[in-house]
Amino acid sequence: MITFEDVTKRYRDGTVAVDDLSLEVPTGAITVFVGPSGCGKTTSLRMINRMIDATSGRITLDGQDVREIDPPTLRRGIGYVIQQAGLFPHRKIVDNVATVPYLLGWSKKKARTRAMELLELVGLDPGLAGRYPFQLSGGQQQRVGVARALAADPPVLLMDEPFSAVDPIVRASLQDELLRLQSELRKTIVFVTHDIDEAVKLGDTVAVMRVGGRLAQMAGPATLLTEPADDFVREFLGRDRGIRRLSFISAKEVRLSPSPSDLVTDEDGRALGWRTADGLAAHGTFNPETDSLRVALDAALLSPNGTAVAVDEEGRVRGVAGRDAIDELLAEYAPPAAGRAPGGSSGGSSSGAGDSEGAPA
Amino acid sequence: MTEEPLVRWDWIARNWANGGPTAISALLENHVVMAFLPVLFGLVVALPLGLACVRWRWLYQPTAALMNVTYSLPSLVLFSIFLSVTGLTRSTVVIPLTFFALAVLIPAVVDGLASVPDPVRQSAVAMGFRPARRLLRVELPVAVPVVLAGLRVATVSSISLVSVGALIGQGGLGNLFIDGWQRQFYTPIVVGIVLIVLLAVLADGLLVLAQRLLTPWSRARRTA
Ligand SMILES: Nc1ncnc2c1ncn2[C@@H]1O[C@H](COP(=O)(O)OP(=O)(O)OP(=O)(O)O)[C@@H](O)[C@H]1O
Ligand SMILES: [Mg+2]
Repeated sequence: MITFEDVTKRYRDGTVAVDDLSLEVPTGAITVFVGPSGCGKTTSLRMINRMIDATSGRITLDGQDVREIDPPTLRRGIGYVIQQAGLFPHRKIVDNVATVPYLLGWSKKKARTRAMELLELVGLDPGLAGRYPFQLSGGQQQRVGVARALAADPPVLLMDEPFSAVDPIVRASLQDELLRLQSELRKTIVFVTHDIDEAVKLGDTVAVMRVGGRLAQMAGPATLLTEPADDFVREFLGRDRGIRRLSFISAKEVRLSPSPSDLVTDEDGRALGWRTADGLAAHGTFNPETDSLRVALDAALLSPNGTAVAVDEEGRVRGVAGRDAIDELLAEYAPPAAGRAPGGSSGGSSSGAGDSEGAPA
Repeated sequence: MTEEPLVRWDWIARNWANGGPTAISALLENHVVMAFLPVLFGLVVALPLGLACVRWRWLYQPTAALMNVTYSLPSLVLFSIFLSVTGLTRSTVVIPLTFFALAVLIPAVVDGLASVPDPVRQSAVAMGFRPARRLLRVELPVAVPVVLAGLRVATVSSISLVSVGALIGQGGLGNLFIDGWQRQFYTPIVVGIVLIVLLAVLADGLLVLAQRLLTPWSRARRTA
């Protein structure tokens, strides 16, 4: 666990980048620091591995004050990934990944073997090992950056906007990859981003910071979307909070009805479409085991009759869910109304038409 | 009276290796030594001085200014200053040329280190490099292309500047010019020019080759 206790950073020119920050970063989970540009995210992150020293307060790593640890030693036990990857241009990919093992004095053979394992782990073709960084795409370089950070198997990983410089499609796949890795590795990850969607997607816990390095709210993503602490957080979360929150509710509990006769399937039981007077109409599917309520609702909206088709992994129809079934679950997960009326009503006005959480009751 | 040919091959043949100090081969050898020693000394001094200038920023401005003033002095002036100290020896040529080399190489080292991208330096810090190792294993290797570019300029200009030393009898191939002018005899002049150009081209080519071998990772190479 990493703790910030009343941490303040004042730069020489007087800028207070982080102001009296106290928070806990739980072990084995992803904690995201999110906030507008200049709010002190990078500063906070770099105080953990002492690339920047706090002006006052203290930061502990598993109970030990980081200032008691020799910085290079501390850093070799903490993986670090940055936006521009920062690979060493003069070293081959395999040696880039093996950097920290080399620093720790591993033999060249052992370090390289480990590096090859990591390339595979982050989904890179081992054939790239002998290339130089300039011969890789931005997305590939970023994966190498992640592999390099993981090379010596550090328990803690610090990531500073690691995916911001790549296009949205590559970014999404890197994010999925990180979640997959994390489900295996269970590292303590501090992830910095200014993209709230990324924060909500990746974070087990999200710490929203405001300019001046003050913590605005720290909560799980679903809670954050439902119960933003104040107008700043609400505005930062942006539109469609109500819909986006559905991503955190599993579709498992959606009540399924038997497949009606107008749903046409092939001989394997896969849906082909809805039978209508003009032929087959499009249908939307969701997998109750793996998908969220948001996907189920989306599937319902894609069908002309408002009915979503539930399928299993192989795509075979398991049943259908009408809007009534989805509504039942929506009602069950409606945000708490009591006692939050003032916040709720001002939220309705500030975040516009997408926000309807005050309405159902 | 027959027209004097531009090049008299028989003169070249007779004077290529006549065993004396004025043999063309001896002058060539002298030229090579006097051209390369300043570059070598320059590099040895420029590395620590350049590093110091990066470490202590305030040092760079005065150092660069001093070097630029030196560079702007006509080489002849510098030679005559050292003439009074070191006499008619090679040192009178080599020492000023070392200053010229420094004027090119110190900025090359400073610019080279400045060319190390910030994310590269920062990730080295973040991974736990200590300063000395970071300098040797990351920053200097990454600075090599820029330093080598400076080295090429320093080497080629050193090769051409040595000739001026002919005025004090220590000009390597430059001595051939004086010889030719004094006698209104073109052959030595042509031989001198051709050999100096060849030497410069050869040295530059070797440095380019060294650059390709040393920095196969350099992106600039692909576009070059
Ligand atoms: N070395 C420094 N000296 C003075 N002020 C600094 C220094 N580094 C950062 N700052 C200031 O501290 C504040 C926080 O900077 P920081 O880099 O931590 O922000 P950030 O949240 O990471 O921003 P971004 O999203 O743009 O990366 C900013 O106002 C910045 O200008
Ligand atoms: Mg930042």
